[in-house]
Amino acid sequence: MKLYLKFFAINLKSQMQYKATFLLNIFARVVMSFATVAGVWFMFMRFNEVEGFTLNQVLLCTAIIMMSFSLTEVFARGFDVFPRLLGNGQFDRFLVRPRNIIFQVLASQMEFARLGIFIQAAFVFIYAIPRSGVVWTRDKILTLFLMIICGSLVFFGLYLVYASFAFFTVEGLEFMNILIYGGREFGRYPFSIYGKGILKFLTYIVPLALFQYYPLLYLLDIKQNAFYMLLPPLSMLFLLPSYAFFRIGLRRYKSTGS
Amino acid sequence: MITLSNINKTFKVAKRQAGFGRAVKALFSREHELVRALTDVSFRIGDGEMVGYIGPNGAGKSTTIKIMCGILTPESGACEIDGRTPWKERVAHVREIGVVFGQRSQLWWDVPVVDSFELIRDIYKVDEKLYKRNLDELAALLDLGELMKTPARSLSLGQRMRCEIAASLLHSPKTLFLDEPTIGLDAVSKIAVRQFIKKLNAEHGTTVILTTHDMQDIEALTERILLIGKGRILLDGSLEELKKRSSERKTLVVEYKGAAPEICFGMAVREDKDGRLVISLDPSILSVSDAITSLAAGAEITDVSVSGVTAEEMVASLYKEYRI
Repeated sequence: MKLYLKFFAINLKSQMQYKATFLLNIFARVVMSFATVAGVWFMFMRFNEVEGFTLNQVLLCTAIIMMSFSLTEVFARGFDVFPRLLGNGQFDRFLVRPRNIIFQVLASQMEFARLGIFIQAAFVFIYAIPRSGVVWTRDKILTLFLMIICGSLVFFGLYLVYASFAFFTVEGLEFMNILIYGGREFGRYPFSIYGKGILKFLTYIVPLALFQYYPLLYLLDIKQNAFYMLLPPLSMLFLLPSYAFFRIGLRRYKSTGS
Repeated sequence: MITLSNINKTFKVAKRQAGFGRAVKALFSREHELVRALTDVSFRIGDGEMVGYIGPNGAGKSTTIKIMCGILTPESGACEIDGRTPWKERVAHVREIGVVFGQRSQLWWDVPVVDSFELIRDIYKVDEKLYKRNLDELAALLDLGELMKTPARSLSLGQRMRCEIAASLLHSPKTLFLDEPTIGLDAVSKIAVRQFIKKLNAEHGTTVILTTHDMQDIEALTERILLIGKGRILLDGSLEELKKRSSERKTLVVEYKGAAPEICFGMAVREDKDGRLVISLDPSILSVSDAITSLAAGAEITDVSVSGVTAEEMVASLYKEYRI
């Protein structure tokens, strides 16, 4: 952990070398992600509700997915640019250092400019939380935190799978982008609006709905069963196969070197 | 102690074919071609040895280095470095080695070099006292001084290489792998790097394994050479032995005025142009001094130079001999 903080410091220092660029980058991210929010807004100018959800309820959902994804983008940047790490030999350097590989990939790159999306999400929360009609009990605040943190970890799991694919091929990585960026874009709305099939896929295969749709129902008092509160932590099970897959990819890399 | 025995490594290379139809087909099934990278590679390197690992591009040098560093796993064969198998005990093994990849940096680009050093210290958990001692010594020997306060991105290649080497030695490794450490450096930096490596080996007894295409590196640094070609170890011996083996001939360059000097037995003219004569000489037939005397007897000679076989020529002739 101490070492992670030192990496954190050196990453921050590197990016602070160009302060104006850094601040502009953050600003650009705030503006860009505003388009995401505006998209939801425009939709509700035509329709008053989507599948029974009001604008403010959907905005809550949007903010949750944006915030959790932005955390992943900031802290798991190394996996986002993983094919590049393999290509330029930086990954080989990790292999000759006496530390855990995943730790090194995480620590080597942090993209603080992506905090712009985090900031935008915070604005949306400020707007939507009082208007969403949720009665904020202690359990619900806890649920909200779990949704964001666990969501971020599930996205991290997707990044791990993406990186594992990169060990095998340079092609076909776009398929993973559908899940990762598609998950982010479609996740602005509760996943139920896309139909049963997709909801099932996002519940049992890639558990994005476990930290987004189901606990949202709990927040909105549509479901009152406390079990829905525990679904976000359950979604973290996704990390197990992701990790296993990464190990397989790593073993293959060590036997082919490319 | 480094021992490699019968290391074999084959790479599967996907065959790529032109044409859209074939590209689509390749998505589902791909034809593979097996390329033998290493065949029965065996050698043994004792503690404190300095070994030059040479061979043409694509001969398997990097693959061998990667196996010894624990980056690659071979198909068969054993590799033991200080009692450990690199790819089985990666973490324990890499603590004891330093690696310099000449073409890749391990320094953080945008921060002062000393910040990178401190992070490396923490990665390797180097004790503060030892770190200070190593850093002082490395800074003095490699003349780092002011460089350490500079971000890596604004260093010249030679300056950066000195910092890279220092970065690889902060944890006092027992073995140092240098993959083309002098590539792209100017003459002064090359000499500085060579002197440092020599000193490191002499004073700390660090085992050094060096790959290079620069034969002056080999000449200046290593006593022992391993030659690899097409994935096989072809030669293992001292530089002197190899030189003797490849050729005993010497080259004489003579500059003269007026009529060309007379050539006698044991000499072969390679070039004769504008008063400059290049002669290849076999010293077992005619000694160098006799050759010069006989040349000088018949013509006015303004300059003479004698040279043996350079390492460069020797290696070129070796490559030729083994057809690699």
